[in-house]
Amino acid sequence: MHRIIPPKISQKIMTGVFWASGLLTIAILLVIIGYVLLKGLPVVNLEFILGDPIDSGRSGGIFPFIMSSIYVTLLAVLVATPLGVGAAIYLSEYAGEGKLVKLIRFGSETLASIPSIVFGLFGLAFFVIYLGFGWSVLSGGLTLALMALPTILSASEVSIESINKSYAEGSLALGATKWQTIYRVVIPAALPGISTGVILGMGRAIAEAAAVLYTVGAALMIPTSLMDAARPLPLHLYILATEGLSMDNAWGTAAVLVLMILIITVVTNTLVDRYRKKMMGR
Amino acid sequence: MEYRIEVEDLNVYFDELHILKDINLKIPKNAVTSLIGPSGCGKSTFIRTLNRMNDMISTFKMDGTVLLDGEDIYNPKVDVVELRKKVGMVFQKPNPFPKSIFDNVAYGLRVHGINDKDFLAQKVEESLKEAALWDEVKNILDKSAMGLSGGQQQRLCIARTIAVEPEVILMDEPCSALDPISTTKIEDLIHKLKKDFTIIIVTHNMQQATRVSKHTAFFLHGEIVESGLTEKIFIEPEDKRTEDYITGRFG
Repeated sequence: MHRIIPPKISQKIMTGVFWASGLLTIAILLVIIGYVLLKGLPVVNLEFILGDPIDSGRSGGIFPFIMSSIYVTLLAVLVATPLGVGAAIYLSEYAGEGKLVKLIRFGSETLASIPSIVFGLFGLAFFVIYLGFGWSVLSGGLTLALMALPTILSASEVSIESINKSYAEGSLALGATKWQTIYRVVIPAALPGISTGVILGMGRAIAEAAAVLYTVGAALMIPTSLMDAARPLPLHLYILATEGLSMDNAWGTAAVLVLMILIITVVTNTLVDRYRKKMMGR
Repeated sequence: MEYRIEVEDLNVYFDELHILKDINLKIPKNAVTSLIGPSGCGKSTFIRTLNRMNDMISTFKMDGTVLLDGEDIYNPKVDVVELRKKVGMVFQKPNPFPKSIFDNVAYGLRVHGINDKDFLAQKVEESLKEAALWDEVKNILDKSAMGLSGGQQQRLCIARTIAVEPEVILMDEPCSALDPISTTKIEDLIHKLKKDFTIIIVTHNMQQATRVSKHTAFFLHGEIVESGLTEKIFIEPEDKRTEDYITGRFG
């Protein structure tokens, strides 16, 4: 046998390749976030964050848009989480391996790969027009919920499936019913994984412009009810940039959005970590 | 002699596989019965038949009768939840829940609807004392059970089981994942518990069977070859196959 590259050399080469791809990924991330913050942070101050927009956002603040983002994202998560987690429990604990299960899983995977603008179009046809919700927080939030649903479902399902079967056996052997076992043992144990899914879904929803473009309107005021029109940050950013209103404020909006997502991720990761440590005693 | 469990002509199948064949066995009250035999001989399937844990396997089929205190546990009227309250189980690998030590022991009581704090606290303490674990954990009851050592976890699982006051405790190789010192502790515990509970223990360890049990049944290829007093089985077995197994000629 004649080797072209000796094993020790190929080992070194591959170590280098993996090391480099890891480094490159982090570098790309840092460059993008750094660039956004560098361009955006100069406009960001308390007045920008807490103020109302002036002249369609050419100047002034973005507070209504921050609130819009929070509202539509919260609504999306509140709707998609019980649905997604419920479906995940059904798939992993009750369904077995029938045709219906395959269909649900296929549906969920397809849903995950549909472009967000198509969700927007569907939201316009179904929520805005057919159900008569109009351009509103409700229409936008529900559209975003549809987008977040497959993410939450599949992360929850993986997490529930990965829970050691011996926990459930121990619970059943003590005379617990299946449902008691699920909600007292399986779900608490799967909670870190489920939370990760919810955060991913939330991240998808909060960052979305296309899906809310046709569904939420473009209001400049803080929405005060579910039926009010709104303007989440990504949509505001899109409008500022495409209509050439103010590139500085567009970057500022982007910076605020990135910071919001960073804060949400860090806070929830810390909470999940603390929960996991308490649960596992480490 | 009084019997807690009487098994008559029990046959168990998983699909076409005939796992247990014409099993007849009587389990005496408040004593320890060992089930020995090589791997795959049906011991675990047998004890899982006694608390109906096999029901969850879709291919499980059985005929024959299993009587607990004279009542057929496979009668359609029997509530499986009530049955498992009476017939507790300790598993091969310690499987505490990823919850606090207190919540682990209180679990069985809580799922049966008991929420009175004082009662729970008292019952948790009693059970942990009975399982010889109280002194080691009394100051860390709110800490996760996952932080305990394997032997402590297994004693916790025993405490969790006795907290619901079963009549029978099934133990499926409870020491096979433990070190010798932890094993000794569990065996001491079994000696103590047999006053109040009927214990059935599956073991691969012959010495353990002679140390802890008054009665022994030898399983081979899904049949009981021989059963009776432990000393008789180990000193003068009637069947050649029993003798071969306990002297280590196979298995």
